Amino acid sequence: MSILSKLKDFLFRQEKVSVGGGEKAIQKQKATGKLTARERIDSLLDPGTFFEFDLFVKHAGKDFGMENKDLPADGVITGTGMIIGHPVCIFAQDFTVAGGSLGLAHARKITKIMDHSVKMGIPLIGINDSGGARIQEGVNSLAGYGEIFYRNTLASGVIPQISVILGPCAGGAVYSPALTDFVFVVDQISKMFITGPEVIKTVLGEEISMEDLGGARIQSEITGNAHFFAKDEYECFDQIRKLLSYIPWNNSKKADPYTPKKPKQDYVIEKIIPSNPTLPYDIRDIIYSIVDDSDFFEVQQYWAANIVIGFARLNGQSIGIIGNQPAVLAGVLDVDSSNKAARFIRFCNAFNIPLLTLVDLPGYLPGVDQEHAGVIRHGAKVLYSYSEATVLKMTVILRKAYGGGYIAMCSRHLGADFVYAWPTAEIAVMGPEGAANIIFKNEISTAADPNAMRQQKVKEYTEKFANPYVAAANGYIDAVINPEETRRILIHTLNLSAAKKESRPAKKHGIPPF
Amino acid sequence: MIELKPNQLVIDDTVYETKLTRKFRFRKKYEAPNPKHLNAFIPGVISDIYVKPGQHVKEGDKILILEAMKMKNTVTSEITGKVKEIKVTSGKMVTKNQLLIEFE
Repeated sequence: MSILSKLKDFLFRQEKVSVGGGEKAIQKQKATGKLTARERIDSLLDPGTFFEFDLFVKHAGKDFGMENKDLPADGVITGTGMIIGHPVCIFAQDFTVAGGSLGLAHARKITKIMDHSVKMGIPLIGINDSGGARIQEGVNSLAGYGEIFYRNTLASGVIPQISVILGPCAGGAVYSPALTDFVFVVDQISKMFITGPEVIKTVLGEEISMEDLGGARIQSEITGNAHFFAKDEYECFDQIRKLLSYIPWNNSKKADPYTPKKPKQDYVIEKIIPSNPTLPYDIRDIIYSIVDDSDFFEVQQYWAANIVIGFARLNGQSIGIIGNQPAVLAGVLDVDSSNKAARFIRFCNAFNIPLLTLVDLPGYLPGVDQEHAGVIRHGAKVLYSYSEATVLKMTVILRKAYGGGYIAMCSRHLGADFVYAWPTAEIAVMGPEGAANIIFKNEISTAADPNAMRQQKVKEYTEKFANPYVAAANGYIDAVINPEETRRILIHTLNLSAAKKESRPAKKHGIPPF
Repeated sequence: MIELKPNQLVIDDTVYETKLTRKFRFRKKYEAPNPKHLNAFIPGVISDIYVKPGQHVKEGDKILILEAMKMKNTVTSEITGKVKEIKVTSGKMVTKNQLLIEFE
């Protein structure tokens, strides 16, 4: 064969495999409102940067007639490309080829690209759209999943791992996303569950739709499995690019600095915070008043809304923010909010993103359901994550910091580097009402007018302890600051901490209260 | 107990104005277990019932078979007493915690 005909042959082969499952299957994919795997990759990456690997891989099925079937690229497209000018590794399952089912060769393509991403120290993005295990390949299919989970775990904390659920992701397949750092879902398109509606109906007699069992909204609001919710695939890709702008490419780097921008003028702290500590406000308004361009990229926005987590920039530098949300459940810590905060803290610490904690909470949520759900163990995760973190830890106490909540929210005692308090801060063992009722129990019950006595004692306690000055007198906070100066002081703190070094005793790994 | 409005939460005797989440509003209220009630410990199908109303049973006596996840689970009595009412029939599918048998 001449060189020219070899080239022609190559182009013919490439063309043949690149169409995936063929025109009919592609039409079917589009009819469900989904993009094809290749369209997804092209929409997500910087234009024209995708470079494909393993296009000619053949599937490994040898039974049930599979040996005679041709599965283009074995139902998964893998390769590298660029996002905002940085390299990434990517794979996208192709539902048009055997329903995106995972066989051995399909899995090996994924594990190969995972190995590249770890060795080269670049993020991994996985687009999931698959009917699940390729049953015809039996245990080889299970082996494939296992090899992916193993690599997800080894890569955890080394490179950022992003999972995008753009179709079904069921059974064993869900565990790869669960092991990665961020899970993106799209309304009406994403479906995640261990056992589907049919099995649930047969075994348990419970009837539920796929959407209500494990759709995008459920994963975003109820389970907390998903971190970002989008209304369509294009919005989802925008979210992924935005996320990557806040995080470094691997654990030995820092996130790229951006041009500093002032917050918008619309947010004035004194107008946001009610002076009465029992009244709510939206903690995000405070965040907007502090961070660059008032731009806060919230993570898990719809789940455990009593705590707010997300990324922002201070003077162009990426930070992770954890803030109690007084507008929801008074900002208490509970099982879900503890899990939400703890995992985020660990992500930021692993990837050298400084932490800013904004404190305004009355404590932990009381209740039998909370205790029986193990709030002790889950709440401990917050303590563990903060204590373990060696990245810069800045804390600002805005209003209430009561009891266990005060300790948990990155207090000096858990190793916070800098703790500031606004003059409105109340750092105390509990709220004045509760404290007065306990400390002055006898005086109140024996008084001629118990109610009047209670009011008087609450007032006394409030005046004496509901302020930042008792904690300041003990050196537990470094400075009481003017709220309007918060941004300036935090930027100063970031600048002075640029070379912060802190080490921990050598160990194989800690044993966090999972 | 303090009477609360729909957007209030009490922590340490202080009433906070705040939005309550769906999960919090619909949380399962705790009920102390009733020793005279036998509830399904797992969802499944009742495949056999060994007792009749009015029958005396001893602790450990076989009461019924609750088939779930392809396992035939023998459910035994946790108390010594008399069967008051049987709330299910053989072959019926039951949900978790569903009342199956009431003792006197």
